[in-house]
Amino acid sequence: MNLKLKIWRQKSQNAKGAFETYQVNANEHMSFLEMLDVLNEQLIEEKKEPVAFDHDCREGICGACSMVINGRPHGPNKATTTCQLHMRFFKEGDEIVIEPFRARAFPVIKDLVVDRSAFDRIIQAGGYISVNTGQAQDGNAIPVNRDCASKSFDAAACIGCGACVAACPNGSAMLFTAAKVSHLGLLPQGKLEHTSRVRNMVKQMDEEGFGFCSNVGACEAECPKEISLENIARMNRAMIGAVLTSE
Amino acid sequence: MSILSKDESGMNKINSKVPAGKLEEKWSTYKSKVPLVSPANKRKLDVIVVGTGLAGAAAAASLGELGYQVHCFTFHDSPRRAHSIAAQGGINAAKNYMNDGDSVFRLFYDTIKGGDYRAREANVYRLAEVSAAIIDQAVAQGVPFAREYGGLLENRSFGGVQVSRTFYARGQTGQQLLIGAYQSLSRQISLGTVKMYNRHEMLELVVVDGKARGIIARNLLTGKLERFGAHCVVLGTGGYGNVFYLSTNAMGCNATAIWKAVRKGAYMGNPCFTQIHPTCIPVSGDYQSKLTLMSESLRNDGRVWVPLKKEDAEKIRKGQMKATQIAEADRDYFLERRYPAFGNLVPRDVASRAAKVECDKGLGVSPTGLAVYLDFNAAIQRYGKSKANVLNLHNPDDATIIKLGQEVISEKYGNLFEMYEKITGENPYETPMKIYPAVHYTMGGLWVDYNLETNIPGLFAIGEANFSDHGANRLGASALMQGLADGYFVLPYTIGNFLSEEIRTPKIDTNRQEFTQAESEVSERLNRLIQIKGKNSVESYHRRLGKVMWDYCGMARSEGGLKQARAIIRELRKEFWSDVFVPGTTDEFNPELEKAGRVADFLELGELMIVDALNRNESCGGHFREEYQTPEGETLRDDEHFAYVSAWLWKDLAQEPELIKENLEFENIKIASRSYK
Ligand SMILES: Cc1cc2nc3c(=O)[nH]c(=O)nc-3n(C[C@H](O)[C@H](O)[C@H](O)COP(=O)(O)OP(=O)(O)OC[C@H]3O[C@@H](n4cnc5c(N)ncnc54)[C@H](O)[C@@H]3O)c2cc1C
Ligand code: SF4
Ligand code: FES
Repeated sequence: MNLKLKIWRQKSQNAKGAFETYQVNANEHMSFLEMLDVLNEQLIEEKKEPVAFDHDCREGICGACSMVINGRPHGPNKATTTCQLHMRFFKEGDEIVIEPFRARAFPVIKDLVVDRSAFDRIIQAGGYISVNTGQAQDGNAIPVNRDCASKSFDAAACIGCGACVAACPNGSAMLFTAAKVSHLGLLPQGKLEHTSRVRNMVKQMDEEGFGFCSNVGACEAECPKEISLENIARMNRAMIGAVLTSE
Repeated sequence: MSILSKDESGMNKINSKVPAGKLEEKWSTYKSKVPLVSPANKRKLDVIVVGTGLAGAAAAASLGELGYQVHCFTFHDSPRRAHSIAAQGGINAAKNYMNDGDSVFRLFYDTIKGGDYRAREANVYRLAEVSAAIIDQAVAQGVPFAREYGGLLENRSFGGVQVSRTFYARGQTGQQLLIGAYQSLSRQISLGTVKMYNRHEMLELVVVDGKARGIIARNLLTGKLERFGAHCVVLGTGGYGNVFYLSTNAMGCNATAIWKAVRKGAYMGNPCFTQIHPTCIPVSGDYQSKLTLMSESLRNDGRVWVPLKKEDAEKIRKGQMKATQIAEADRDYFLERRYPAFGNLVPRDVASRAAKVECDKGLGVSPTGLAVYLDFNAAIQRYGKSKANVLNLHNPDDATIIKLGQEVISEKYGNLFEMYEKITGENPYETPMKIYPAVHYTMGGLWVDYNLETNIPGLFAIGEANFSDHGANRLGASALMQGLADGYFVLPYTIGNFLSEEIRTPKIDTNRQEFTQAESEVSERLNRLIQIKGKNSVESYHRRLGKVMWDYCGMARSEGGLKQARAIIRELRKEFWSDVFVPGTTDEFNPELEKAGRVADFLELGELMIVDALNRNESCGGHFREEYQTPEGETLRDDEHFAYVSAWLWKDLAQEPELIKENLEFENIKIASRSYK
């Protein structure tokens, strides 16, 4: 299939970016990133600079790939990362617009590559259980309710891709942060630090320049791992708790 | 170097520093005797950890907790993206929670046998010994493992064993374990014991007075080369399966860090031992950039088959017939037929070769002829009936049974089924999956002794980057176990053995001539790559290398083929260095330049793999030399001549690599032919 691609090109963080148009010939079995590989091979052949984009696992788990495709983070398919999107969902003659994730807290590094290290710093602020290696008791010492473990897992499935931020009109990181808070807070092991965890992670989130949450819900709709808005509600409840217990 | 001595025949003998004493007591005795470093001294000692996969992240976090000054590197934009994130099926541990007869000894035995008697007993026993603590640690960190209704941890089975000792978190065990380690690492970063360098690629090892004392890393955002000094260096940089171009590894996986160490004199252990995983989504076209694994856990419930008749297979390939139209009697469940004792759960090397045999006979089921079926119908029926029973549905109709059965399957493997459908566009609940073997894991890696230290003092290797525990074939769910064992529970002790001697060594000065020289060598190499300005893309060389490796050093190898492959690779390397085109400059964010450096290293490592495969005139585990097989087509080991680890000293491109042997002695297990029949 012949496609027309409009891709955001930006040399570096401070350079001015612009869309450029390319023609590429793909087939329906390719993944979206393989289609871009074909474009890049073509550019290299013409001795031009290939389009830079982040990617690694190409199976929807590492969270590296990150692009806005026709206005939607990770493209048109529900619960699908860019790397798992296949070209059979496009057709001959389509025009596809490809941009980086855009948010104040995610500066563009080059072309479609953005800096998401703010997410790491949110985790560093409290997204963990304070246990040193070797201190643990037997894994079966505390039985964990199967539903709690399963809900915790649902939240822990977050791949840290940042689509939620890119989808949000306010550039909020609430879904990402809430997912971590739920993952740990739903388990007996993580309950002890729950309140301080929420307080510290939210504080860091604000410091990084992520926007506030106004319950738009775009994050949930675009999240490739279907992280639920329920997590945000859970975190909000904990935040009220955090305010009440803060000295 | 003290690590080598001569044996009676004048051959170099290598000292693996395995402590004396009974197998079961070695590690506890070692731990109680290893010299300690006081907290005050730990604060003065710098440790570089390269890699933030399970091995690297676990090590960096644990060393930080102990009080060392840790400097941790990854080429990824975040430590959480290391390739370990992609592991699906599970992690082994000898907990015997299932009360099915598991024990430390059994895990040890299964691993040695699974590795076809080519691993070091003492290391493997230690691995089995510490395995249980890994699960405890992960649970304490908040890893949401699968649980039974009673709230206790659930287990399943993996290939090559007859107990259920695999812990899992749906089909995302690697993700959850890595997030656990990443969180611990993040905590140490916030406490200031670990300094994290994202998007930094190690491009050289710096050796000072014979000891590993630092690295040269390229800041991938700016292209700037930076020097880092430390009292010792730990490499947890993963495997090199991408030498084959197509593999289940993530796109960025590479050998550069370990290869730089090899070029500095570190021995490369068993480089030819590669794992080809039986259940991957088959190759479908030339544009393909990677292959996708379908977890081995699927073989708990999936049955592998091909049509019994060639005509049927032909019709299927042409699209004139469907799998579901083939009657039971016309199917060959070839693993169940050939290996009744283990059936579909034979080890990976065995399952892969068996699939190849059927496809070579013309029984393959995809248009390329290179695929077999993995069928869940029987399991869906079985689970459906049992679920109907639980729900008190007597005489349920077929549709109900199938629906209930599919629900159970979805709970167990839902994400894998979805992944399969996303890629192939086929629904595996209705029609069997098509699978074929693909490169997955490298058992080979830097040679290390019992301390996980290479022959370069102060240089340690952990996780997939070392050669240590899996012999000639790794059992499923054992890589996660090994990476975390190395990082959490072994290295934090064994590193003390080296560092306790270094408490008087001041901070390493990176203005030393060794650093200057290393940096200028890196810089010169990068410039050379950019300046070639040839015709062909880096990718094109990588593809060609991959094809040679797969054709001649893949599932079946022969003397003639390997010799031919070696010549081809040498030519290819020459061509690469005179005709590759790398766009852009060295002093900017330049992913093509990164790739070029990695492919250049693969072009050397590939040759060493071939040299190793040529030297090993036997078949064992994943290394199948066509000349050495039993009449039934099974591997034929030669214990008399090859019960050793090949440790290779790579000199330069002009000289033959030198082989140093570590003889393997089996004192606790009777070495036997490996049978799964
Ligand atoms: C698809 C798939 C599924 C798997 N499933 C299972 C399973 O179910 N069970 C199991 O036991 N095993 C499984 N494995 C194997 C297992 O995942 C790996 O062997 C293991 O995770 C490797 O961990 P590691 O820490 O050694 O390396 P990795 O996780 O590969 O980490 C390497 C790290 O090193 C860094 N790095 C590399 N080179 C450099 C450099 N030059 N400079 C700076 N940083 C560098 C990378 O950025 C990364 O952080 C699977 C493998 C694959 C491919
Ligand atoms: S919550 Fe969803 S969209 Fe946001 S980072 Fe996690 S996986 Fe990505
Ligand atoms: S490349 Fe890993 S999630 Fe897309």
